[in-house]
Amino acid sequence: MARIELDLAHAYKPNPQRDEDYALLPLKMTFADGGAYALLGPSGCGKTTMLNIISGLVRPSQGRVLFDGKDVTALTPQLRNIAQVFQFPVIYDTMTVAENLAFPLKNRGLAADRIKQRVGQIAEMLELSGQLDQRAAGLAADAKQKVSLGRGLVREDVSAVLFDEPLTVIDPHLKWQLRRKLKQIHHQLKLTLVYVTHDQVEALTFAEQVLVMTRGRTVQAGSASELFERPQHTFVGHFIGSPGMNFLPASGTADGIEVAGTMLRSPRAALSSIRNFSLGVRPEYVSLAAAKADGAVPASVTQLQDVGTYWLLTARVGADTLVRARLGGEQAMPKVGDDVWLQVVSEHTCYYRNEELIA
Amino acid sequence: MKPVNQKAWLLILPVVLCVAFSAILPLMTVVNYSVQDIISPERRIFVGTEWFKAVMRDDDLQGALGRQIVFSLAVLLVEIPLGIMLALSMPAKGWQSSAVLVLVAISLLIPWNVVGTIWQIYGRADIGLMGATLAALGIEYSYTGNATQAWLTVLLMDVWHWTPLVALLCYAGLRAIPDAFYQAASIDGASKFAVFRYIQLPKLRGVLMIAVLLRFMDSFMIYTEPFVLTGGGPGNATTFLSQYLTQKAVGQFDLGPAAAFSLIYFLIILLLCFILYNWMQRVGTADKPGAGHG
Amino acid sequence: MELRLERVERKVGPQTHLYPLDLGLVPRAVTVLLGATQAGKTTLMRLMAGLDQPSAGKVRVDGQDVTGLPVRERNVAMVYQQFINYPSMTVADNIASPLKLRRESGVAARVQALAAKLHIEPFLQRLPAELSGGQQQRVALARALAKNAPLMLLDEPLVNLDYKLREELREELTQLFAGGDSTVVYATTEPTEALLLGGYTAVLDAGELLQYGPTSEVFRRPRSIRVARAFSDPPMNLMSGTAAPGGITLAGGVAFAIALPVAVGAALTVGVRAGALRVQGRDGDLALAGSVELAEISGSDTFLHAETPVGELVAQLTGVHQFELGAPVRLYLSPAQVYVFDAAGDLLVAPNGKT
Repeated sequence: MARIELDLAHAYKPNPQRDEDYALLPLKMTFADGGAYALLGPSGCGKTTMLNIISGLVRPSQGRVLFDGKDVTALTPQLRNIAQVFQFPVIYDTMTVAENLAFPLKNRGLAADRIKQRVGQIAEMLELSGQLDQRAAGLAADAKQKVSLGRGLVREDVSAVLFDEPLTVIDPHLKWQLRRKLKQIHHQLKLTLVYVTHDQVEALTFAEQVLVMTRGRTVQAGSASELFERPQHTFVGHFIGSPGMNFLPASGTADGIEVAGTMLRSPRAALSSIRNFSLGVRPEYVSLAAAKADGAVPASVTQLQDVGTYWLLTARVGADTLVRARLGGEQAMPKVGDDVWLQVVSEHTCYYRNEELIA
Repeated sequence: MKPVNQKAWLLILPVVLCVAFSAILPLMTVVNYSVQDIISPERRIFVGTEWFKAVMRDDDLQGALGRQIVFSLAVLLVEIPLGIMLALSMPAKGWQSSAVLVLVAISLLIPWNVVGTIWQIYGRADIGLMGATLAALGIEYSYTGNATQAWLTVLLMDVWHWTPLVALLCYAGLRAIPDAFYQAASIDGASKFAVFRYIQLPKLRGVLMIAVLLRFMDSFMIYTEPFVLTGGGPGNATTFLSQYLTQKAVGQFDLGPAAAFSLIYFLIILLLCFILYNWMQRVGTADKPGAGHG
Repeated sequence: MELRLERVERKVGPQTHLYPLDLGLVPRAVTVLLGATQAGKTTLMRLMAGLDQPSAGKVRVDGQDVTGLPVRERNVAMVYQQFINYPSMTVADNIASPLKLRRESGVAARVQALAAKLHIEPFLQRLPAELSGGQQQRVALARALAKNAPLMLLDEPLVNLDYKLREELREELTQLFAGGDSTVVYATTEPTEALLLGGYTAVLDAGELLQYGPTSEVFRRPRSIRVARAFSDPPMNLMSGTAAPGGITLAGGVAFAIALPVAVGAALTVGVRAGALRVQGRDGDLALAGSVELAEISGSDTFLHAETPVGELVAQLTGVHQFELGAPVRLYLSPAQVYVFDAAGDLLVAPNGKT
């Protein structure tokens, strides 16, 4: 268990001039001891680079990494005492499950009975006790990932466990079980966990704090509800949520705000004086409203999809802005082609200028 | 159920004719000779399996067979580990990797009789680099006079010539191992030897299978290099199977026994390769789960 | 084109990859093949394409038997998981290849139009290796669309892409399919994807075709427990119970009233979707008392795992709810939203109307 602090940048070239030269723009970040963190972002955003810098597989081109206050920038992953789980299961083919789990302990010279006890403990936690004597190479993908994870957990003094998109090769219904298992392990062992993924459901369910990253920088770090309710940046609004936040072009005027061609009462006085901004509202908070209701805009329904637990409505507002709404099944559904009114202004609506949150 | 496409037969007809002309007909001729006593081109007597029996009982043949087996085993024992070690030490990236690859592959490109000639000169005590060096060190070295030294020289020559093949195969196999395995091993605190034993070697299995099979077959049929270097001598110390066969067939013009022997030779190689291949396959797939699809 | 598979079966050696099945695809609609990995989706697709021959049964296109016909003569377009493009040809040449093979005219204009449709116009002169994963897959899709084949097969085409990219491409695909008149077959492991694509769904499990019908219908009326398990995300809660007079008794003595077509005492399985469980009760609800095992917050929903007398349940609640581990909680469920399966696993009762 360790508290990890990062104060660094990582560039591809020796003398970085512009933002594009950096894999990770200069940042300062603290991962508290025992916390569960997720690094969330699209491919190429730098999340795997950050993970590899924490683990020691990559050395940052400038700056330092501190574990519990100690500078570990020059240390190898082995010396930093971290454990890493990769995208595809990494197991020693020729060994059984028990031997795989015992391997890191054997390399450290622990006594045989201590090893056996520890292996048994971890196997039980991961529900692998019945397979200890099977050859690891013959197991299914999710069991193999559990073995990979077990190898990391088996060391009692592990400082942090790092995950690099570990559920990529797992079937959807098994993903549920593994996610639960990870959360339970976190509660039981109170380890510092850092999880890299591009899947927002995984990130939000797993972590206490999620860092949303794009193109080498962390755009926002916060809890699931903070990222969901008040995204600081349009990228966060777009990336979190399925589908992501709706953005409508708006402009402040003396009489209120004009949203996609419709004049609405200005919800905040400050907005009236801003020329061009975006109104952001999540599909979960867009609802059907009565005609000309306060804060509602007219729209024409282009698509209606039954997604089992809810209905997804897509409608065109104004010239060419598409707005999506998540509607519960209990109400009457409009049909494709209908004209409806959608409530877009509410206390959940956020306003953005130059992609940053302003209100 | 399978659609039958008649056009395909027409397309392979030229190939079939070529193979028939160059391989099948000669093979049939050999089989023909192996069951006849050819005293002269006009007088041929059918003798059935007599040549086969005679060949099996021939002391000289058994001697050559014994030498051949020892040679092939020695070749495998030296070249496979050496090739692996060479592959492990070759650089993986950058311009150095291309340079080293070219250097390593050079000995594979040399015509085989030239290889024999190179070593012939190399080993001469008067003008050869190795021969002169050994003489200067006071070691009595003669590959034409001393049977053991002749053996060692032939072995050394084969190792020099063919280890790069094993090395190249293993090099390709090593490049196919994803980085994550090395990273995980480093995190697990594994020593370099543990990494070799638990990660690299298991993952090289497929490639090593090919290397062992190729080297075994080739060394079992070796002819040109030892023939050029020692001529089979001193005496018959380095006379291996194929050279013995040639001596019998071409030198003594004993076509009958030679034909019988070549068939037996062919069958021996086939049998040994079959056994080797199956054994390695079984070891390799002992722990694979069912093949995936869908 | 109308594709029918009659008693089609595929065995490889001693293993049966596909058990005998009948499937008639609805022409010009999207059919989703839904199932876990190794359920037989790719095997079935390869039989439809003509890449493999069935061990038994017939494949008919527009009434004609094409079982023995090789894939080259079947006019099929296929898109794979692994972004397959001709690596040495530019994007423009890649898209043009099916058109050139058929010696069609106006190739350049067609290529431009397709590239525009898939938003890859700026990359027309680049090689596939220079593009990102999503862009490469768009090139593969453009090439498949260029062929304009009456049957288009997509084998988990989005699985190697980022979550967000997958969403975007999926929406575009839905538009593209709606605009064309090919019969589309799309394989996936994710139930949500099947629901978003709409059309028709064929549920496969361990080589068997379990159900085929309009997607909504298969979702709301799964024929058996296996279909319900394969077609729900999060997994359906399943509880065992017995038929009692006028209703069902579950484990832990919990009982509720429901009309059943079986005799008293029959063994039953009751299924409840995660979205049907609530933390606020309404009239007529069945209450299940339990303790909180785990709460997962995914922004728009909270997944609550609770240990109750009837077993472990997962509830999907809209919005963010905070729960203490181990705290007592009551879950409510309306008996009208319950699925009942008999001892053999077949559906007896399904919720009526909207969920």
